[in-house]
Order: sequence, then structure tokens, then C-alpha cells
Amino acid sequence: MTLLSSVPGRLSVAALLVTLTAPVLAQSTPQAGGVANVAIQPEPPGLMLPLVQNAPTQRVAGNIFEGLLRYDADLEPMPQLAESWKISDDGLTYTFTLHDDVTWHDGEPFSAEDVVFSVDFMRETNPRTRAVLAHVDSVTAPDDSTVVFTLETPFPAFIQAFEVGTLPMVPKHLYEGTDYYNNPANRHPIGTGPFEFAKWDRGSVIELDKNPDYYEAGKPYLDKIYWHVIPDAASRAAAYENGTLDIMPAGSVENFDLPRLSEMEGSCLTEAGNEYFNPFAMLWLNNREGPTADKRFRQAVMYALDRDFAKNVLWNGLGNVPNGPFTASLPAHDDSLTPYPYDPDRAEALLDEMGYDGEPVRLLPLPYGETWTRWSEAVRQNLEDVGINIETESSDVAGWNQKISDWDYDIAFTYLFQYGDPSLGIARTYDSDNIAKGSPWNNVEGYENPKVDQLFADAAVENDVDKRQAMYAEVQQILHEDVPLAWIMELAQPTVYRCNVHDLITTSIGLNDGFKNAWIEH
Amino acid sequence: MNFFKRFAQNRGALIGLIILALVVLLALLAPFLYPDSPWRMVQRPFLAPGEVAGFPLGTDTMGRDVAAGLAHGAWVSLLIGLISTVVALSIGVPLGALAGYFGGKIDDALMRFTEFFQTIPNFALAIVLVAIMEPSTVSIVLAIAIVSWPPVARLVRGEFLSIKHREYVEAARLVGQTHRDIIIKQILPNTLSPVIVLASLMVATAILLESSLSFLGLGDPDTMSWGYMIGAARTVMRQAWWLSVIPGVAILLTVLALNLVGEGLDDALNPQLARAR
Repeated sequence: MTLLSSVPGRLSVAALLVTLTAPVLAQSTPQAGGVANVAIQPEPPGLMLPLVQNAPTQRVAGNIFEGLLRYDADLEPMPQLAESWKISDDGLTYTFTLHDDVTWHDGEPFSAEDVVFSVDFMRETNPRTRAVLAHVDSVTAPDDSTVVFTLETPFPAFIQAFEVGTLPMVPKHLYEGTDYYNNPANRHPIGTGPFEFAKWDRGSVIELDKNPDYYEAGKPYLDKIYWHVIPDAASRAAAYENGTLDIMPAGSVENFDLPRLSEMEGSCLTEAGNEYFNPFAMLWLNNREGPTADKRFRQAVMYALDRDFAKNVLWNGLGNVPNGPFTASLPAHDDSLTPYPYDPDRAEALLDEMGYDGEPVRLLPLPYGETWTRWSEAVRQNLEDVGINIETESSDVAGWNQKISDWDYDIAFTYLFQYGDPSLGIARTYDSDNIAKGSPWNNVEGYENPKVDQLFADAAVENDVDKRQAMYAEVQQILHEDVPLAWIMELAQPTVYRCNVHDLITTSIGLNDGFKNAWIEH
Repeated sequence: MNFFKRFAQNRGALIGLIILALVVLLALLAPFLYPDSPWRMVQRPFLAPGEVAGFPLGTDTMGRDVAAGLAHGAWVSLLIGLISTVVALSIGVPLGALAGYFGGKIDDALMRFTEFFQTIPNFALAIVLVAIMEPSTVSIVLAIAIVSWPPVARLVRGEFLSIKHREYVEAARLVGQTHRDIIIKQILPNTLSPVIVLASLMVATAILLESSLSFLGLGDPDTMSWGYMIGAARTVMRQAWWLSVIPGVAILLTVLALNLVGEGLDDALNPQLARAR
């Protein structure tokens, strides 16, 4: 009996060992060569990442541009263009030592001067980066491979701010003294990244070539990346099924299709690579004028929204319904806040109390595909159910950017990245210093509260964790009561890909950090 | 009486008329049959037709009642079809009449203008117009009207050319009637029968155009229409084919019915032609 049972037992253990080790061995040695076919949805409005910050731009351009640092899944910094870095004990001086032998795609050498220029460039063009750099007193380049940031006050989150989307390196030799927005290089972006811009057939495909002179030996492994623009979700899914596409980044697979595609043979699904951004879906509510200027109306919106329905039906149960302005994964999140429940009666009562007279309210959906369109329909229905008179507007991505940047909306869909720390990703949305036309990513709702400004400002520079936590808790309670905007969902970011693509996601910003490490087993 | 007899002789036309009457009835009854908004999420998503009592055509991706959408969509399709045809007629008839009646330079100018519109593919122009004006019911009606008036103008002009030298027109001119009276009272009534036939076909085309625009996501985002229903269901074709097929059949039947009716009208209004066939 023992003999009989032990022999097959051993056999199966041996068999198991073989099956386990074989793929592991194969996986540990990256193979060079191969082409990645990736879906990009929607088509980005441009690829000049330092100027265009839409999610699809960040996804493609992270291969072309690079930042000084990357961040692992725990948001710990890793070297990229900066080989090493040192933070002084008083938290005021950040010294970066740059990688040697880095060149731009046009062959010019990359140096510390470029870093200094990029800081100025981003300060000028990107409100989010500007807010981060507000703490910086000076940026200097003592020699070609050293950059020193001197801060006015300690700013513990500063080390989180060197990600490629926040502080991408801009080629000084191409942009210095030019009109940034009309620079011809915008159409053929030049970076230091593992892949070079090759070609863009509008409406069809974006082609990136391997950077043969990349400074990290042996990388990248892939020869080419094709980003396919396929606006129709069913066609995208079919393209993945028939092998045209290998990688379906988050947002390119309709949620109801996720189980089907990820359960195909040789197909993998991961939710990794979301830790840094934590995209947070919101409704901008214009705090300046119209019914949305009334706090009671905004609270009514929160009560009227059936967010669990959206999560379960539209997002296939993925994601999380937030309890307030901070996503649950942030350490500073206040767990004690009660989320606004779905309570249409309460919403109607609030609308009665404020005397809402049926004035039409415009709703601007996010033109990012089917799920978002359906979501706006659900939101419209939720709001109409409590008596709010909604008119939906249509636009493309560029029109959406334009309308929100010009504050020409009443209620508008968006989603914003959290950037790992409230001072980087959240304060920008509520800080009244960050009200400025021209960007769809700042305080576009026009919320002004000196107390909130003060708390965010103090918390950002507070080195003591407990004190900081207390300030953030207070901010969350104030915002939860004021509802400057409606927090609708913390989005999951599932990537579906062929299992023979390895090391696709190696950092906390996932695909946006480029395909430097990715390789295809063949 | 005679007219209806001739119409009824065409079996197809009669069937078309019945189908059309049913669609009109459905559209008129929609607010009573489904007083709630067709956008309302009322049941589990993806119910197949008949799976749950009270939802004979099932529910869509968001749990909205397909039957309610179909009924409200009928109203939208018919309304847009009719209004855009009326608008197109009101552009095409006067232009064609003036060109045909006065001839010469006026004719040349108006016909070049008409040709300008005829040379641009209908659907492409409609898409561009709607995209520029932002999708709404008004912009869609206008876009459809703007792309569909040129055939009307050409038809009316042709009729005017052949009628304006008839003796009764000469007589009217001799007794001193003004141009306006001659155009409106003498010639126009005699051009109406081909225009009516054309109009019935234009309604069908307009419904198709509206559906195509909605299908592409260029419909009025606040209006439930058949084209929208197909467009929204297209991505889930594999999971729920009926969501695309049901409104598709509705469009097919309505457009077919209008074509049949148009043919019947043609027979009834041109008895010589009908007998010759």
C-alpha cells in the first residue's frame, strides 16, 4: 500500500519540478528581438509628453522620454537617468548623480544642463509640476553629471516627483528660446528613452524603434513597438484574439470582455503597475456658477449617484467606491469617513431645500471609449431621477481638454492620477493657488477655501508623520462636507497580455515607464 | 377614391402602409406604454428577450429595457425623418422652381450651387456638419436636410422646365398674372405628384442617415434612437446579438415600408406609368 502510493507520488513530484523549473529557467534570461503590438485607446492628442499630459500620451511617450527616477511597487525610488541620489539630513538638499554616456535620440549628449532646463520647462508648462517645484529654491548643475535641488522647506514627498510624467527630461538644445507649443520637435519628439519615435500614421499606428545607443547595456530587448489605434472596442478585442495585438493596456478592453480575453489560452491579466497613479474617477462640478455653485446641489449629486451600480455593471466589479477625496490606498487616507450612500430621497430633499428650479445642467462625458460613454448615461439617469435637468454634450479628446481648461462646463467626467502622495496628486485639485485657465488638470472646479489651502500647505512640509496625518484627516473631513467635486470611483487598471511577454510591468507606473525591460519569449 | 384604389392595387404598398401605421402607432403610444425614460436602468443587464416577465425584448448592457428604447426610438426616427424632409423640401422646392421658371443666368447660378452640394458625398458631408455643429437633434435635422435637398431642386426644376411652356401657363401670363402667382398657383400644383413620391423616399433615407450618425456616436447623446441602440450594442455582439438585431430589424422594416409606400404613391399618382408596367 505504502509502496504503491509513494511511487506515483514521487513521480508526480518530479514531474511537477520539471514543469515548474522549465519555464522559470526560460524566463530568467531575456531574449532579444521581437516586436510588441500594443493597443492604444484613445489615440493620443500628441506625443510631446512634457506638453501633453493625457493618459494615452503618457502611456506611449514613456518609451521616448525618461525621468530621473523610477519607482517600485512600494513607491521606493529606483535609478533611471540618475544613477544615484543623496538627500541631506535636514531634507533641504537633493543631489543627483546622472548616468554617463546618455545621448538624446538625435545624438546630442544629455547633461545636467538639460535637467535644469527641463525643470524650468515643466515649471512653465505643467501646473502640477509647478506646484511641486514651488518648494524648490534653486536647481543647479555644478558639473555635467551632477544636479543639486535646494529646497526652501523640507518637503518629504519631493523624492516621489521624478517620475517621467511629472518631470520628463526635455532636450535643451531643441527647445531653449523657442515657442514650446509650436516647436517642430513636438511632432517628432526627441528623448533619451529606450525607444525612438519612428512614425505616426494618424488614426492607424504609432511606430517606435529600438534606441540602438541606449545607455543601459543590452536594453531594450524589443526591436519595435507598434501602438495600434483601433477606436472600436469589439475590433480591438478581435485583434487581440486573432493575434494582431499582444498587449491590451488598461482601458483598451471593455470591462465585460475582461474575463473572456484573460481566460484565453496563453493570456495573462495583471492589475500591477497601478500603485503610483491610482487613477481616481471624478466629476468636476463647476463651483463658480450655476446650480453646481451651491454646496447642497453638489451634495445632492453625491447622494444621487449609484456608485455601486457603476462599479458592478460598468467596471465588472473591479475598482473601489471611495469614501472621500483620498483613495483608500494612500497612507493618509481617513478610514473613518462614511461614504455618501446612494440615497435619491436625500438628494431630492437637498435640491428642494436649495430651491433648484430645473435649470438645465450640462454634462460633459470623457471621450475615452464605450465604458465612459455608458457611465455618463448612467450618471445622467441617476441625476435625472432626482429631478436634475441634464443636457449631455459631445466632444472629442481635444475638445474635452479645451472645454475643461476654459471652465466651460457644469459637470464633467475626468480621472486624475494620485501620484503616490497627497501633496503631489491631490492638493492640486483643491488648492486655490492652482486655479488657472489653460489646464484640465488643476483646480478647474474653482474651489476656494483658505483653511484647506493652509492644511495642504502645512501637511506637505511636515516631517512628523502623525502631525501630517492629523492635518490630512481634517482636510478630508472638510472636503467631504463641501464636495468640491464628486468622487465616483478608484479605478482598477487591468492589463491583458500574452503570457510570453515578460517583465512588462516592473514599476509602480506600469506600462507608462516604457518597455525597457520587456522581452518576448520566442 | 380612385387614388386609393390605384394605391391598393399595389399589394406591396398596402403592406408597407400597414407596417408604417404600426410604427407610427408605436411611436405615438411610447409615452403611454413606457412613461419612464428609456435610459432608466430597470433590471439586470444582458437579459435575453423573454427571460424575465415584463421585458419582452430583454435588457441592454446597462439593464435598460430594450422594448422601451425601441418605442421611444421609433418616435425619434420618424420625427427626424419627417422634419428633415420638410426642411429639405423647403430648400429644394423654391430653388428648383426659381431655376426652372426663370431659366438663363438664374438657372445657371442656382444649378451650379446645387451641383456644389451634389458633388460631395452625402454621408461624409452629414458627418462633417454634425461634428462641426456638435451633435444635437437640431444639428442632425439640419445636416440631413442640407445633404438631401439637391435632388428635390433638380426634380422640381425639370418639372418646371416641361410645364412652363404649356398653354395654360401662357394663358395665365397673358391675363397678366404675376410671376409669383404663376409659379405658386399654376405650375407648382402640377409638379407635386413626383415630389410627394420623392419625399416619401427621402423620409426613409433620412431615417437611415440618422441611424448611421447615431451608430457612429454622432447622435444626440440625450436621445434614445435606433441607431444609438445598435451602436452601443455593437461591442457586445458576441454576448448579446439581440441588442443589435432588434433595432436593426426595426430600421429595416420602417425603411422598407416607406419605400413600398413610395412605390405605391408613384403608381397611384402616375396612372399611365403604372398601367404601362
